Amino acid sequence: MIALFVRDVKLAVRGGGGALIGVLFFMTVVAVIPFGVGPDLNLLSRIGPAILWIGALLASLLGLDRLFQAERDDGALDLMLMQETPLTLIVLVKCLAHWVATGLPLVLAAPFLGLFMNMEARAIGATLLTLLVGTPAITFIGAVGAAVAVALPRGGLLVSILVLPLAIPVLIFGVSAVTAAVEDPAPFLPPFLILTAITLFFAVIGPVSAALALKHGAD
Amino acid sequence: MSDNSLSIRKVSDLANPTRFLALAKAVLPWMAGLTVLAFAIGLYFSFSSAGDYQQGETVRIMYVHVPAAWLAMMCYCVMAASALGTLVWRHPLADVSAKAAAPLGAAFTFLALVTGSLWGKPMWGTWWVWDARLTSFFVLFLMYLGLIAFSRAMDDPSRAARVSAVLILVGFVNIPIIKFSVEWWNTLHQPASVIRMGGSAIDGEFLTPLLVMAAAFSLLFFTLHIMAMRNEIWRRRVSAMRRKAARSAASVYQGKLGTVFPEKTNETKDPKGAGSIV
Amino acid sequence: MRLQAERLSARRGEDLIFNDISFTLESGEALVVTGRNGAGKSTLLRALAGLLPLESGQVWLTETRDEPRSFASACHYLGHRNAMKRELTLLENLIFWQRFMAADSADLRSSAAQASERVGLSDILHLPFGTLSQGQQRRAAMAKLLLVHRPVWLLDEPTAALDTSAETMFADLMNDHTQEGGILIAATHQALGIANATQLVMTGFSGVEDAA
Repeated sequence: MIALFVRDVKLAVRGGGGALIGVLFFMTVVAVIPFGVGPDLNLLSRIGPAILWIGALLASLLGLDRLFQAERDDGALDLMLMQETPLTLIVLVKCLAHWVATGLPLVLAAPFLGLFMNMEARAIGATLLTLLVGTPAITFIGAVGAAVAVALPRGGLLVSILVLPLAIPVLIFGVSAVTAAVEDPAPFLPPFLILTAITLFFAVIGPVSAALALKHGAD
Repeated sequence: MSDNSLSIRKVSDLANPTRFLALAKAVLPWMAGLTVLAFAIGLYFSFSSAGDYQQGETVRIMYVHVPAAWLAMMCYCVMAASALGTLVWRHPLADVSAKAAAPLGAAFTFLALVTGSLWGKPMWGTWWVWDARLTSFFVLFLMYLGLIAFSRAMDDPSRAARVSAVLILVGFVNIPIIKFSVEWWNTLHQPASVIRMGGSAIDGEFLTPLLVMAAAFSLLFFTLHIMAMRNEIWRRRVSAMRRKAARSAASVYQGKLGTVFPEKTNETKDPKGAGSIV
Repeated sequence: MRLQAERLSARRGEDLIFNDISFTLESGEALVVTGRNGAGKSTLLRALAGLLPLESGQVWLTETRDEPRSFASACHYLGHRNAMKRELTLLENLIFWQRFMAADSADLRSSAAQASERVGLSDILHLPFGTLSQGQQRRAAMAKLLLVHRPVWLLDEPTAALDTSAETMFADLMNDHTQEGGILIAATHQALGIANATQLVMTGFSGVEDAA
């Protein structure tokens, strides 16, 4: 399983710089927002966490639909399906590798983009923390979509459409935890813990249903 | 009650599509008649009941809005049960049922959203509020549309059935999560500013038409569902016939080359015919 | 060791591809599956590998092993696609599959270097897989069979895109496998040069004749 993890990270780094493209997309999305809402720094610092979260959400979905399709295209998925190792575990490891290669760079890039958004140090720290905890959930949800995409003759976009509604709770609690950290009366911990719970929950649901979809979608 | 006994028989009795078609043929006129009758009674009650002293005549929107919302949710439950049927029991009709239910669910959700919006304008002064319930219903609507798009995008029906069953079940797990998270999100951001009728405060005056309308909507749903399932079975038969025609054309060609392919024996040899509807 | 397949049938989409196929293979035996295009050779192999659900029937492998395993995990499957990543070097690809497929160290057979030498690729282990020629890629996929021990080999058109010298090399590999007591099932259009092989002719919808 370590071998699979190492291979997937290597592939993401080598194969046209998947990690870099995600960060680049993230930066572009965030950079475009001020053009839409105007360069009012007060407004930007208020909606900054939300923008960073939406940007990270979209950037995490980028390329996620290829998670299993690439394996299907070169036949590696067949061999993965045949092993004694439970498929759920394989999916989990692939998700983790994908997150390390594309999710983690997003999390690390977020503080710098937070500076552009005129966010306070406290808000930046909270955003970093919530992204760190919350983005794996998006990967796990996306894995279901990616597994479903294997059976589709076309349509990576459809996967994003199917997956986005499921990511709403992550977004809600991610942003509300940051808001709570900035505005004093509201406590930070409850929404943050719920976010953690959601991530753990999807860490189970995601790989299990993705494995189920892969098994049934094989042709 | 007729719909209740039907759904039991659907699971236990109707393993085979032909029997389902026969039953659908027998039952549909009665169900359609009952639906019309229930709607007639329900609408009569709806319009003869007194208007609310606060909301005036607009309260009558409730008689469409609330049943549509109930049915929208029940439809997803029907789909989830069908998805289980596809994955666990590999019931050939389960997939047909799930596929037929998705557009109905989308239609009921849409109806609930539209009537809610129409009701919201005079009551709240706006067409749309990002209220917890409205938002989660909107998400439900999106999920229905996504599922419809998904089952359209797949060309191999039996694979489509199993994969979309997984998707339906994941969505089913998610609906309560979305519902609760949206409710908490709403309270976190803005205090309750939405005026809505308390469930317990509903008077008998309103309750009778509401329940009759709910029954009418349920009947409508089951009638349409059975009709949609029948259509789906017919559609699959047509495409099976087309494939067979293509195949027999090929075998004529092969026959000229000196090989004979006894098409018919294959049909009879087919052990159970499970998983496909031919 | 004995492989028994009983009354297999499978469908693709809505169509039954083959019906009622049974065969038994002992240790060291090979089965060559032939038939015209679309007769269901690939489908049979994929169904055996557990990649397609069987409509009916059963496959089981009786082997002397402490812990039971699924039939699919006792198989090597060589399909049309090579299951190698273009971005990684040949060595990285081979080492990955060796580590990934070996459930425990008892399964390990030959090292990546040995396997690549066996298929004549030892000089280009450091090259990215994408830069290899078609024939070299196919040979690399064959090297994968040698990395980890699996008693059953399922080969789908293994010698497509190979020249004659590679064909004889692969025939040797297959014969070694059966001589070591392995079982081999290959779908093919070409003569593979396997000793001790039974032939299974698939004729499409009308069923199968067993011409031993």
